[in-house]
Amino acid sequence: MKTSRSLLAAPYVLWMALFVVAPIVVVVIYAFTSAGVTAAEVGDFTWSNFTGMGIYLPIFTRSFQLALIATVICLLIGYPLAYAMAKEGPGFQRTATVLIMLPMWVNFLLRTYAWMAILENNGLLNQFFQSVGLIDLVNHILGTDMAYFRMIRTQGAVVLGMVYNYLPFMVLPIYSVIIKLDHSLLEAARDLGADSTGVFRRVIFPLSLPGILSGVTMVFVPSVSTFAISQLLGGGTHMLLGNLIELQFLGGAYSPHLGSAIALVMMVIVVICMWIMNRFGEGEEQAVVL
Amino acid sequence: MSKELIRLSDCTMKFDDEVILDKINLYIRDKEFLTLLGPSGCGKTTTLRIIGGFQTPTSGDVLFDGVRINAVPPHKRAINTVFQKYALFPHLNVYENIAFGLRVPKVEEQRDEKGKVIARRKVKLSEKEIDQRVMEMLEVVNLRGFEKRHISQLSGGQQQRVAIARALVNKPKVLLLDEPLGALDLKLRKDMQNELKRIQKAMEITFIYVTHDQEEALAMSDTVVVMDGGKIQQIGTPEDIYNEPKNAFVADFIGESNILDGIMRADGVVEIFNRRFQCLDGGFEKDEPVDVVIRPEDVDIVPENEGQLKGTVTNVTFKGMQYDIIVDFYGFKWLIQTTDLSPVGSRIGIKIDPDGIHVMKKSQYSGMFGDYSSYSEEYEEISDAEYEPEEVDEQEGGDEN
Repeated sequence: MKTSRSLLAAPYVLWMALFVVAPIVVVVIYAFTSAGVTAAEVGDFTWSNFTGMGIYLPIFTRSFQLALIATVICLLIGYPLAYAMAKEGPGFQRTATVLIMLPMWVNFLLRTYAWMAILENNGLLNQFFQSVGLIDLVNHILGTDMAYFRMIRTQGAVVLGMVYNYLPFMVLPIYSVIIKLDHSLLEAARDLGADSTGVFRRVIFPLSLPGILSGVTMVFVPSVSTFAISQLLGGGTHMLLGNLIELQFLGGAYSPHLGSAIALVMMVIVVICMWIMNRFGEGEEQAVVL
Repeated sequence: MSKELIRLSDCTMKFDDEVILDKINLYIRDKEFLTLLGPSGCGKTTTLRIIGGFQTPTSGDVLFDGVRINAVPPHKRAINTVFQKYALFPHLNVYENIAFGLRVPKVEEQRDEKGKVIARRKVKLSEKEIDQRVMEMLEVVNLRGFEKRHISQLSGGQQQRVAIARALVNKPKVLLLDEPLGALDLKLRKDMQNELKRIQKAMEITFIYVTHDQEEALAMSDTVVVMDGGKIQQIGTPEDIYNEPKNAFVADFIGESNILDGIMRADGVVEIFNRRFQCLDGGFEKDEPVDVVIRPEDVDIVPENEGQLKGTVTNVTFKGMQYDIIVDFYGFKWLIQTTDLSPVGSRIGIKIDPDGIHVMKKSQYSGMFGDYSSYSEEYEEISDAEYEPEEVDEQEGGDEN
């Protein structure tokens, strides 16, 4: 019985071994070796890929900083939205779910290109600001002489791109936790003297922590490692870890060994972050690590 | 008699034109154990939720200590609830579950002579006082040593005790209990019945108890309110309800009853199957058609030629303490409980003492109950009813926010 059931998992185990474990092993090997004579072979064991990494510290800091900001913004927007969705009637729920899911059906790059068109110096948003006279007004107040607001190629644009792309991953897990909350728990809290703030603070919020944890994970991890968003909306001026790694594999700075080392360090930091966070929500068992 | 504490006057509850409660009038005295008893969908849970403040009656008044509290939200009522499935907080341990109500800051209102609020201040209990009261409560419900346990590590009976402790620790004037023993097995349920009764006596709190289990209601209550179809059918002590049921519904719902058509020939004389029986009831019109209740245990079996009625045994079930036998009298089947075995097919006679006959006015329920011709099926229904699920249809209206 047991063997036949574990047999069912065999394709998945094989898949995991081939496409998850094996690449990680390769990354680890590359990270600790120097370049070989030919591209196919690896050189000797070395720490040098790591010891020289200090110069990239600003990129590490920026990546985690922006990802953190994006995650916090996603949480601040996502939680109230998820809460409202769970509390409103089924009509609002359906509409909101569709509205949240809809952008996800559009290709990721296309969405980001659309934001470029919106945020460009002579893009849609600036044209709009121009036509309503906002730019002139700001120039007048500040005594500046701007022809447009600089939005694209800023860190703000990168964060915006992250928030826009990953917000659904924050909303949906929180929503699905809140919607499943036992209504009688809320009644019990009211019965025991808690007003609506108290019910939220003492019951709803703590019980939605598992949703928050998985939402945070699902926003933070892709945000830290993104390279498309920072490339398109950051215009290459604000390099993130994703770009740095990409550069080692595809770009001019070709060095898969260094790239692997950076990727490994990033992975370790992310795992540590997630571990700390899950410790923080220990009591809520069901927390999801992705 | 203690003073009146809660009064429902003309309380009607409608969900989308469906009448759940139909002009309920009920008062509840201080420190009494009152049970709302009825089949699922009878409105008992809705009545409880109105008292708890989770639902507002469509019309009618709810009075607490003489003050109208229709619009007072649950957290401002001196009433606590033990919920059907306990509704314990899964993110808190036993101790914190019980302490929940104590940790919520209470708003103390100062009023002037006209009753207008002139000052409000938040009162918080000290950790020491919270600890003392939680420990005290753990003692009351016999859960000392469990305070650090997680809710999921408790058995059904222990969760039940936590739910009771969590409500009682707030020292409410009234405790509402919504089928609290429904999920427990029979043995545990009996123990908890005694336990609840003991707690109620010890803490001197009014208990309002909802159940569909008539035995439970009779065993625990000072007052039983029998409900059906959104109406109160009868209010009385357990003895009253059992011995003097008001109509065929109550007679059938409380215990086993043979309910027969009869005609009141005179005060103290009722005619059943064209035979006259002595009874103790009076005050009916002459020749008024009535329902007659005869409890299965009030029938004496005698040799056929000595019986007031003669019939054939059609079914015998051994019940441990007694035999339940079904006897066919002129095509109408009776349930009789006896300690002497009369085998299937034997002819027997029966005698009924005057105090074993109870006469009731005809009602809308006449003719619906009290015939045991479909005995086996009915018995199945009765035993099923003990495990009926919660009243889903009644709960739906509660999701107002």
